[in-house]
Amino acid sequence: MQHLWLIPLLPLAGFLINGLIGKRLPNFPVSVIAVASVALSFGWVLKTLSALGPLETAHVEHYYTWFQSGTLNVGVDLAVDRLTAVMLLVVTGVGLLIHIYAIGYMAHEGGYYRFFSYMNLFMFFMLTLVLGANFLLMFVGWEGVGLCSYLLIGFYTLKKSAGDAAKKAFIVNRIGDFGFSLAMFLVVVNFGSLDFQKVFDAVRPMPVEQSAGLLTAIALLFFVGATGKSAQVPLYVWLPDAMEGPTPVSALIHAATMVTAGVYMTARASVIFERSPMAMDVVAVVGVVTAAMAATIGITQFDIKKVFAYSTVSQLGYMFIACGAGAFSAGIYHLVTHAFFKALLFLGAGSVIHALGGEQDLRHMGGLMKKIPITFGVLACAWLAISGVPGFSGFYSKDEILMAAHHSSPWIYWVGVVTAGMTAFYVSRAMFLCFFGSYRGHHHPHESPFVMWGPLGVLAVLSVIGGWCFNVPHYLAPMFPLAEGAHDETLVYISVAFGLGGIALAFLMYVVSPGIPDVIANALGPIYRLVYHKYLVDELYGAVIVSPLVNGSRALLWRFMDAGLIDGIVNGTATMSRTVGGVLRLFQSGSIRSYAAWVTVGCVVLLMVLGVMAGGVQ
Amino acid sequence: MNLLNLVLALPLAGFLVTLVLPKNNANVIRLFALILSLAVFVLSLGLAAPFHETGNGNWFVTDVPWIQSPEIRYHVGLDGLSLWLVLLSTLLTPVSILVSWKYIDRRVKEFYAFLLLLEFGLIGVFVAWDLFLFYVFWEVSLVPMYFLIGVWGHERRIYAAVKFFLYTMAGSVLMLAAIIFLYNKAGTFDYVNLVDLLQRGRLVLTSQEQLLLFLAFFVAFAIKVPLFPLHTWLPDAHVEAPTAGSIMLAAVMLKMGCYGLVRFCLPMFPQAAHRCQSWIVILAIIGIIYGALVAMVQPNMKKLVAYSSVSHLGFVVLGVFSFTQNGLDGAVYQMLNHGISTGALFMLVGYLYERTHSLEIKDYGGVSTPAPLLATVFLITMLASIGLPTLNNFVGEYLVLQGSAAVNFNWTIAAAVGVILSACYMLWLYQRVFVGETNKSLSHHHPFLDMNGRELAAALPLVVLMVWMGVYTKTFLPMVSAANQRIIEQSKTGVETLVETQGGKRIAELRELVHGR
Repeated sequence: MQHLWLIPLLPLAGFLINGLIGKRLPNFPVSVIAVASVALSFGWVLKTLSALGPLETAHVEHYYTWFQSGTLNVGVDLAVDRLTAVMLLVVTGVGLLIHIYAIGYMAHEGGYYRFFSYMNLFMFFMLTLVLGANFLLMFVGWEGVGLCSYLLIGFYTLKKSAGDAAKKAFIVNRIGDFGFSLAMFLVVVNFGSLDFQKVFDAVRPMPVEQSAGLLTAIALLFFVGATGKSAQVPLYVWLPDAMEGPTPVSALIHAATMVTAGVYMTARASVIFERSPMAMDVVAVVGVVTAAMAATIGITQFDIKKVFAYSTVSQLGYMFIACGAGAFSAGIYHLVTHAFFKALLFLGAGSVIHALGGEQDLRHMGGLMKKIPITFGVLACAWLAISGVPGFSGFYSKDEILMAAHHSSPWIYWVGVVTAGMTAFYVSRAMFLCFFGSYRGHHHPHESPFVMWGPLGVLAVLSVIGGWCFNVPHYLAPMFPLAEGAHDETLVYISVAFGLGGIALAFLMYVVSPGIPDVIANALGPIYRLVYHKYLVDELYGAVIVSPLVNGSRALLWRFMDAGLIDGIVNGTATMSRTVGGVLRLFQSGSIRSYAAWVTVGCVVLLMVLGVMAGGVQ
Repeated sequence: MNLLNLVLALPLAGFLVTLVLPKNNANVIRLFALILSLAVFVLSLGLAAPFHETGNGNWFVTDVPWIQSPEIRYHVGLDGLSLWLVLLSTLLTPVSILVSWKYIDRRVKEFYAFLLLLEFGLIGVFVAWDLFLFYVFWEVSLVPMYFLIGVWGHERRIYAAVKFFLYTMAGSVLMLAAIIFLYNKAGTFDYVNLVDLLQRGRLVLTSQEQLLLFLAFFVAFAIKVPLFPLHTWLPDAHVEAPTAGSIMLAAVMLKMGCYGLVRFCLPMFPQAAHRCQSWIVILAIIGIIYGALVAMVQPNMKKLVAYSSVSHLGFVVLGVFSFTQNGLDGAVYQMLNHGISTGALFMLVGYLYERTHSLEIKDYGGVSTPAPLLATVFLITMLASIGLPTLNNFVGEYLVLQGSAAVNFNWTIAAAVGVILSACYMLWLYQRVFVGETNKSLSHHHPFLDMNGRELAAALPLVVLMVWMGVYTKTFLPMVSAANQRIIEQSKTGVETLVETQGGKRIAELRELVHGR
C-alpha cells in the first residue's frame, strides 16, 4: 500500500480549507495552503515512484466500492503504471510551478482565495483522472477538470465575455463527454466491467477489425470525448475563448495538463484503438487537420494569448497524429515537452501582460527586450523549443511524431512539416512583434517579481533540456513498443529546415521590412479575412445549431406544442365538461319534487328499455 | 405499535393538534410543526435498521383488518424501495417548514396543518401494501396539495390547483376502477396476496384484461410522474405553488407515480408492461429531450425547473421500463436524487423570490456579488442536477443509461442527449441570474441579502446528501438493489408461470409478446 489516495486528496484538502475559510484569511496564508498542498502532493508522487521502482506492471490500490448494481461493480481504485507516472510528474511538477507563479500574478486581483481553491480543486480532479484504475473514475476526473475549467474561465465574474466563454467550454466539453459515456456503456455491455485491466485483457485476444465493428465504435466514441477535451476539430472552438481566464489558468489547464487529457486517454485505451485501423486513421486525420487549420489561424491573430491558444490546438493535433500513427509514446513525449514550453509561453506572456498592465494586443507591444530582459530570455527558450530548433526539447518530440507519421502515411508527414514551418513562423512573429522594434504602447513596463520569474526559469531549463534529459519513449517502451525501421536523417533535415525557414521568414517580415505583412494581407483580401475571423466556424455553429435549437424550442415546442396543443386539448376538455355539466346541472335543481319527477321519468325509461331488450332476446 | 406505525401516525396526530392550536400565535404553530416533523424524521431514521436482518424481505409489517366487508386491511410495511422514499418525505417536511417560516404569513395554522397532513398521506402511499389503503393515501395526499396551491399560491393559483386536481383525479379514477376489478376477480385488495396469486397462476388474467388493467394503473402513475405528454399540469402547479408546495410536489409527490410504476405495474402486469415497453420508453425519451429543450427557453425560473423535472423523470421511466437491474436501481436512485436536487432548486428559487418578488430571469443578474453564499449553494445544486460525477444525480443517470444500453443502445444514445441539454439550460440560467454585473433593480427597495442562518439550515442537509449520495452509495444503493431484485424476479416468474398455465398453443405467441419487442 503506497497510499496513492494522498496524491489527489492533498490538493482537495487545500481546496476545502481555502474554500471554506479562505475568505477570512489574508492572501499570504491562502497561498501557502494552496502551494503547500500541491508541493506535498508532488513530494508524495516522488516518494511513491521511488518506492515502486521500475513499475514493470501496474500497481493498483482498491479503497471501496463506489457502486454496485447487479454484476456491475465500480470501485474507487487508483493505479500507477509508467504512463501514469509520467503524467503524475508533469501534472504535479508543472502544476506546482504554476501555483508558485500565480502567487505573484494574482496578488492584485480580487477573489484570491477563490482562485487558489479552484486551482487546488483542479489538481484534485486532474490527478484523479490520471490515477483512476477504471474508465468511470477517469470520467470523474474528466468532468471534474471540465468543471474547474468552467469556474476558472469565468473567474472574472463581472465580465460577460468570461461568462460566455466559460459556458461554451462546459457545453462543448459535454458534447465530447457524450461520446465518452456512450463508449463506456458499450464497454460494460460487452465486457461487463469498467476496470482497465479487465477490459484490456478481454480486448487483447480479439482480432484487428478490418471493417468497422464493436471496437471501432468504442474507439471512435472515446475519441469524440478526446476531441472535446483536447480541442480537436470539430470541437476545438471553446479553447481560444477560454483565454478569458487568468493567465496561470491558461498555462496550467488550457496548455499543460487538462487539454492533454484526451491524448492520455487515447494512449490509455491504445489496446482498443490498435485493433481498429479505421479509428486510428480517423485519429490521425483529425489530428493533422486540426494542426494545420489552427496554425493558419494562429498566423493572423494579434492577441498574444490567442496566438498561443491556437498554437496549443495545433500542437495537440500533433499529439493525435502520433497516436493515430500508432506511436503513442511519441504523443506522450510531445505532451511532456509541450507542457514545459507551452506553460512557459503562457506564463511568459502573462509576465508581459503583467508588465504592461493588462495589455494583450501585440500591436501595442514591441521593443520589450531591453525593458523586461528576464522575461525575454525565458520566452526565447520556449520559442526555440516550439520551433523545433535542434537541441531544444520540442525538436526531439516533434521529430519522433513526424517520423512515425511518415512511416504510416507520408502525406501526413508533409502536412506536418509545413505546419511545423507555420508554427515556427507565428511564434516568431509574436516574439518579434513583442520584443523587437520599438515600443508602441503607453504603459511603463516593469519586470515581474522573483516569485514569477523563478518558476519561469525552471521551465526554461526544462524547455531546453527536457527533450534529451527525459527520454519518454524509451521509458514507455514496455507499454508501447518502439517503432522499428531506420531513422531517416533526411526527414529530420527537412523538418528542421522548415522550422528555421519559418523563423527566418518571420524575421524578414516583422523585423527587416515590417511593411510586408500588410501588403500580403491586402493582396489576399477575402482569404485573409476568412482566416482572421477563424473561418467563421463559431458563426456557422451559431446559425446551424444554436439558433434553430433555441428558436425552435421556443416557438415550436413550447408555444405551439405545450401551451397550444396539449393544453388546448386539456382546457378544451375542461370547457366541454363545464358545458355538459351546465346542461346536467338543470337536472340538479335542488328541488325534491323535480328530483322525484326525474326519478319517475328515469324508471319509466329504464323499464321500457329493459322490456325492449327482453323482447329482443326472446 | 411498531416504529413504522408511529412514524405514520405522528404527522396525522400533528395535523389534528395543529387544528386545535390557537391561531393567533403563529410562532407557536411554526415551532410545533417544526419540532414534530423533526421528531418524525429522527424516528424514521430507525426504519433502516432491520434491513440487514431481513435481507430481501419486508420489515416493520403490520397486517390487521380495517374494514370487514369488503375486506380491506391495514397492511403496511417497508422494503428497500419504500424505505428511502419515506425518509425523503420525512426529511423534506421539516425542510419545507423551515423554508416557509417567513414566507407564509397568512392562515399560518391551516398551512402547517396541511403540510403535516400531506406528510401523512405521502408516507402512507409508500408503505401501504393493500391496494385500497394505497388508494386512500393517494387521495389523502392530493387534498392538502390542492389547498397549498389554491390558497397560498400566486395569481393564477385557482387555475393551477384545479388543473392539478383534475389531471390527478382523471388518473386515479381509472386506477380505482382497476383496483375494484381486481378485487372482484381475486377477492382481495392485498398486494402481496395478489402478486402471489398471479405468480402461482391461481389468478389468471387474459392478456386483454391485463393490458387494460396495466393501462389504468399506468395512466394514473404516468400523470403523476409526469410522463410526456401528460405533463402540462406540472409547470402551472409549480409556478403558482408556494415554495414549500413546490418542494414537496417536486421532491416527493412526483415520486408517488414513479413508485407506483415500479411497485404495481411491473410485478402485477409483467406481460402488459413488456408489451408496452417500446412506446413507453419512446415517450420517456421524448420527455427527456422535450423537457430539456422547453426548459431552455423558459423566461420564468420556476417553470424552467419544472420542465427540467419532466426531463429528469423521463430518465426514471426509461430506467424502470428497461426491466434491468441497472436500470431499475438507477431509476430508484434517480427518484431520490431528483427529490434532493430539485427540491433544493425550488428552495433556492424561492429564496430569490422572497427577496425580489419576481420569478422572471430577466429581473436578476449578478446575484453572486451581493449573495455569494446563495450563489455557491445554487452552483453546487445545479452541478448535482446536471449530473456532475461525485454528486448524486450522476450515479442514477449512469445506471439508467447503462441499463437501457443493455436492452437497446439507440435508446441510450437518444437519452444521453438530454445530459448535454441539461448543462445548456442550467448553465444559462446560472449565468443570467448569478454572473455578470449586478442588476440595478435588485437592490431597488431593500439591500439584497445573502442567505441567513435559517435558510442555510434548510439547504445544508440537502447539499450534504448530494455529496454523500454521489461518493458513497453503499449507504443507500444495496437496499434499493435488493428490493429491485425481487421486483425483477416477480416480473419474470409471472411471465413464465402464465406461459405454463396457458398451455402449449399460446406459448409461442406469448413468448413473442414478451421477448419480441
